[in-house]
Amino acid sequence: MAEPVLASPHAESKRPFLTEQRRSRITAYTFISPFFILFSIFGLYPIFFTIYLSFFKWDALGPMKFVGMKNYDLVTSDPTFWISFSNTLIMGLMGTVPQIILALLLAVLLHSGMTKFKKTFRILYFMPNITSIVAVTLVFSTLFGNNGMINWMLNGLGLDSMAFNSGWWGVKIAISTMVMWRWTGYNAIIFLSGLQSIPMDLYEAARIDGANRRQQLTFITLPLLRPFIVFVTLLSTIGALQLFTEPYVFLGQSGTGSTRQEGITMVTYLYSEAFRNGFFGTAAATAVLLFLVTIIFSLLNMLASSRMGGDTGGKKA
Amino acid sequence: MLKKNPDDLGLFGKFWYYVLLILGALVSIFPFYWMFVVGTNDKGAVFHVPPLLTIGDQFIDNFKRVLDKADFFQALGNSLFVSAMVTISVVFFCTLAGYAFAKYEFPFKNVLFYFVIATLFVPQQLGVLPTYVIMAKLHWIDSFKALIVPAMVNAFGIFWMRQYISTAVHTELIEAGRIDGGGHFRIFWNIAIPVITPAMATLGILNFMTVWNDFFWPLVVLKNKEHFTIQIALQQLFTTRDGLDYGMIMSATFTATLPLLVVFLLFSRWVIAGLTSGAVKS
Repeated sequence: MAEPVLASPHAESKRPFLTEQRRSRITAYTFISPFFILFSIFGLYPIFFTIYLSFFKWDALGPMKFVGMKNYDLVTSDPTFWISFSNTLIMGLMGTVPQIILALLLAVLLHSGMTKFKKTFRILYFMPNITSIVAVTLVFSTLFGNNGMINWMLNGLGLDSMAFNSGWWGVKIAISTMVMWRWTGYNAIIFLSGLQSIPMDLYEAARIDGANRRQQLTFITLPLLRPFIVFVTLLSTIGALQLFTEPYVFLGQSGTGSTRQEGITMVTYLYSEAFRNGFFGTAAATAVLLFLVTIIFSLLNMLASSRMGGDTGGKKA
Repeated sequence: MLKKNPDDLGLFGKFWYYVLLILGALVSIFPFYWMFVVGTNDKGAVFHVPPLLTIGDQFIDNFKRVLDKADFFQALGNSLFVSAMVTISVVFFCTLAGYAFAKYEFPFKNVLFYFVIATLFVPQQLGVLPTYVIMAKLHWIDSFKALIVPAMVNAFGIFWMRQYISTAVHTELIEAGRIDGGGHFRIFWNIAIPVITPAMATLGILNFMTVWNDFFWPLVVLKNKEHFTIQIALQQLFTTRDGLDYGMIMSATFTATLPLLVVFLLFSRWVIAGLTSGAVKS
């Protein structure tokens, strides 16, 4: 479709309203507008409404009643909330810390020397991530059953069986294992791409200067890998704080079990407050608290990582 | 002994290197195999001592019980429909927005782009209650619109397309197109799109997997069996009170996992390349 040629010769004298610059600006704004429109409706507005809602008593149907800080009082004086809070932190630590260390080791292994089968290994290690969490949880609930394979192996090693589906620690170990199984390979591949971005001549230069493997690791690999470590840690932390599906499905066998105390997380608490009990106000307060916790942990994360290597390297996203 | 390459691990090192890698890979894929083992054996197979590791012949029987309990293929179809609609729309809108951020100059461009990135860090749960209320007001509860419309464009996609477009599409080509009188959308469609199809495909596959595997939001908005996505249908199989039929459950999870697994294995190179280049590099 050709652009319409300006019909009247008079138009030449006056500058047309739609200059090339204006036209391209309008185009650009049009191209980016779907995101901003949808995000305003389903992202921004809900966020502010959640904060507003957290000061009201509401069951999502009847009239809203202003109650001030009462929802926050109710939530923070509910022992179940604090159990969900500590569960989230414990499972977060158990699932994230070993996972990142394992992923780093795995990436170093995959990166070092041998190129044979590297692609195949990458695919195999990534496979856990493509399965749905529901399927993963169902599979692991058989492995972690009372007479399941994990207990059989424990017995084989001369250890006692563990109540993975009802014990305080058992449930947490089972759920953290599911999280680790799903995400370790994914993170390893991100680390691997980080390792591959480090120029080889840096190592060569270091070797000529007489640096051994350990020195190469601490002075070249880790500092240059830092942006990747920060990124992975941050995403894993945020993910860990939002843990929901694994405990919900794993403990949900009898239909109501998902709020069982061994595995209740902050999001599970939020879900059951809102959609099971109909307390939208306290659920909103929980969401706000969850968001605050997320911010605090993200900041702690940044702080820890800025200590890790002195200067900020080339981290720019 | 002369050591040619300091990275050479030697025969002993090589052996352990492969042992570790293979052990890790086995742990990664074992649950898939186990799913198939349980799905093809009879009810007692899960808790057989010692664990049963051989594939049986009960798959059809197990799967028949799935069909008795759930509209399995309906749920699979629902998931396919929702994921496809979201993916088509995400790829289209994110490519448009990424193109604008990469190739146009306009006021507040950087501010707007940083805003897009910042939205990545807001947890979904923060807005879930009002979004539910909006859906109720629109009468979209228990409809696919509730799953599709809010997901039609996302920040990661915009970020990822912008990165790719800024290097892959040459500005001179766009300018030449403008001088020749091509409209903005026409240039986007005819000049930019053909160059960036690999990035679009990667975004599409990653997005498809995410939507296919989503659980929280469908659980909140879907009420009726006939609208369940496959994830909700699977979870429903698990909530029976009269003893769990693991043969049935696993034949269902296996069948539900298979399509995605095949797609992933076919496109794994793209998926992994997309993941690693979209992740951190700026």
